[in-house]
Amino acid sequence: MARIDLVDLAQSYSGNDADPASFALKPVTMTWRQGGAYALLGPSGCGKTTLLNLISGIVTPSRGKILFDGVDITPLSTQKRNIAQVFQFPVIYDTMTVGQNLAFPLKNRGLPKNEIDARVAEIARLLDLEPFLSRKAMRLTADAKQKISLGRGLVRSDVAAVLFDEPLTVIDPELKWQLRSKLKALHRELDLTMIYVTHDQTEALTFADTVVVMHDGRVVQSGTPAELFDKPAHTFVGYFIGSPGMNIVPAEVRGREARIGGHSIALNRSYALPAGAKVELGVRPEFVDVATPAPGLISANIERIDDLGRVRFARLRVGDVKFAARVPPGFSVSGDVAGLVFDASRVHVYADSLLVEGAA
Amino acid sequence: MDKTVNQKAWFLVLPVFLVVAFSAILPLMTVVNYSMQDTFGNNQFFWNGVGWFKELLDPSTDLGSRFFASLWRNLAFSAIILAIEVPLGIVVALSMPRDGWRVAACLVTLALPLLIPWNVVGTIWQIFGRPDIGLLGYVLNNMGIDYNYVSNEFDAWATVIVMDVWHWTSLVALLCYAGLKSIPDAYYQAAQIDGASRWAVFTAIQLPKMNRVLLIAVLLRFMDSFMIYTEPFVVTGGGPGNSTTFVSIELVKIALGQFDLGKAAALSLVYNLIIIIVCWIFYTVMTNVGAERREQKGVA
Repeated sequence: MARIDLVDLAQSYSGNDADPASFALKPVTMTWRQGGAYALLGPSGCGKTTLLNLISGIVTPSRGKILFDGVDITPLSTQKRNIAQVFQFPVIYDTMTVGQNLAFPLKNRGLPKNEIDARVAEIARLLDLEPFLSRKAMRLTADAKQKISLGRGLVRSDVAAVLFDEPLTVIDPELKWQLRSKLKALHRELDLTMIYVTHDQTEALTFADTVVVMHDGRVVQSGTPAELFDKPAHTFVGYFIGSPGMNIVPAEVRGREARIGGHSIALNRSYALPAGAKVELGVRPEFVDVATPAPGLISANIERIDDLGRVRFARLRVGDVKFAARVPPGFSVSGDVAGLVFDASRVHVYADSLLVEGAA
Repeated sequence: MDKTVNQKAWFLVLPVFLVVAFSAILPLMTVVNYSMQDTFGNNQFFWNGVGWFKELLDPSTDLGSRFFASLWRNLAFSAIILAIEVPLGIVVALSMPRDGWRVAACLVTLALPLLIPWNVVGTIWQIFGRPDIGLLGYVLNNMGIDYNYVSNEFDAWATVIVMDVWHWTSLVALLCYAGLKSIPDAYYQAAQIDGASRWAVFTAIQLPKMNRVLLIAVLLRFMDSFMIYTEPFVVTGGGPGNSTTFVSIELVKIALGQFDLGKAAALSLVYNLIIIIVCWIFYTVMTNVGAERREQKGVA
């Protein structure tokens, strides 16, 4: 159990002198709270697995330091770091029984037998593996195997953190839900720091108290699911989280007014923007309503309506830009053109993809 | 669903059947024919029934005692070379580099002994071990070790075994290396995280993942060493005395040395039968292991 600090940590697989833009992980400084449930979210190739492997010691960073409770552990090997990690595909020791598999990490560290037995029994109970304890692990199904891998990650009570690298990839969707809620329950029960890597936003948002979004080797935002939804710090976060993602529209912003293709939208705050920056408005489809075209409203061409059951979203085009907006209940769409009504308090301004805080 | 019955399909098998008939079945039948008869030359044959087989399998007769002596000798030889080559092959495979140009260098070096014709291997060691002009024999004798594979049984056995180890350990090593390469990195990473020692990694991951290739290696090496002829024949000619006369060497002695075609035919049929039984065990074990694996996948 430990607080984990990353200090100016970076990783380049082609040496330190390589072009910084090619780094698999660009320099990052951040703190992981003891006992927190974190999710590392991002598309494939964004550097999240690299970050995980740096923390577990499988990869040695080309720059920066990792501190566990203030102690620099960067040069230490994986064995000495006291970290548990669960991989994407189940790793089990074929010749051992399920019980022996779970006991393996403890046995290697020379714990007394009665302690091992007690701990294995507890983990087996938590993961519903009790009926299989004396069975050979090789004969089990893929999800039972992955449960064993999870169990081996959780069995040590003294670990600094448990890292999960997309652990539910091989699991059936229905079981996924069960296992994820199980992990969440285990997190509460065992008081371990858990870091969960995934490219699936639902998985990240349901598992974690803090979601760390990564994009192109950079940590672009870390916050609660609500923060990520309400106030994306980067256009990528807005686009990646939420379904459909945030609308990002090029605009001109002057003071409290934004102009999109000749139409003006009133903003809640006043913005002073650096000259020459690429300025965009970001607004979630949930906060834009489709209305009958009227003067003063931005007009958009309707491409199609997606009926999601509880809510309907219109897919539109504003000029050349794709746009999504909510269709209010009871509103029936007629014709190809619709007006858009913005919730001004929910419209964010981005300069060069980064959120700009306005002044009141 | 009713299957269409079309007996004409048998004609498709005919070409293969003809080839096998002329290349294997007919020659085999001539051997069966010989094994039932006795000859005194001049192409005169006399019916002997199962007489040769009775004699062959009865250790109190001359033929039987020679057969069993060479059979036990041969089994001892196979056991010894397996006991050396398998562990040694595993050690070599484990110490091979995992990537880079060194892999290619190692693979080529290992493959060299496998590419040398067997009688050349025999000749190399025959000369290498000679006390007068052979490097090994000369050095050993000058170190004060009385080494002479021509007159000393122990030296002859040692030479034949070391030669086989030199020739074939590569095969075991290459097979094991292939087995090791197929283990995903995640296993090693997980073992690191679980704090496994080097020995625990070997027993918990590498050995279980290698068991299939090891099975193949053991069976291949067993079959090959059980049928060995060329190398010991070139080096020791089966001597000194009969001490390195293995079954195939005995067979050739009877067939071509004494021209006892009946006895030799009976011996070769029994020899063949032993090999077929071993093949069958090999096949059964392999398919059972395979079936187990499929069953496992089906459940998953």
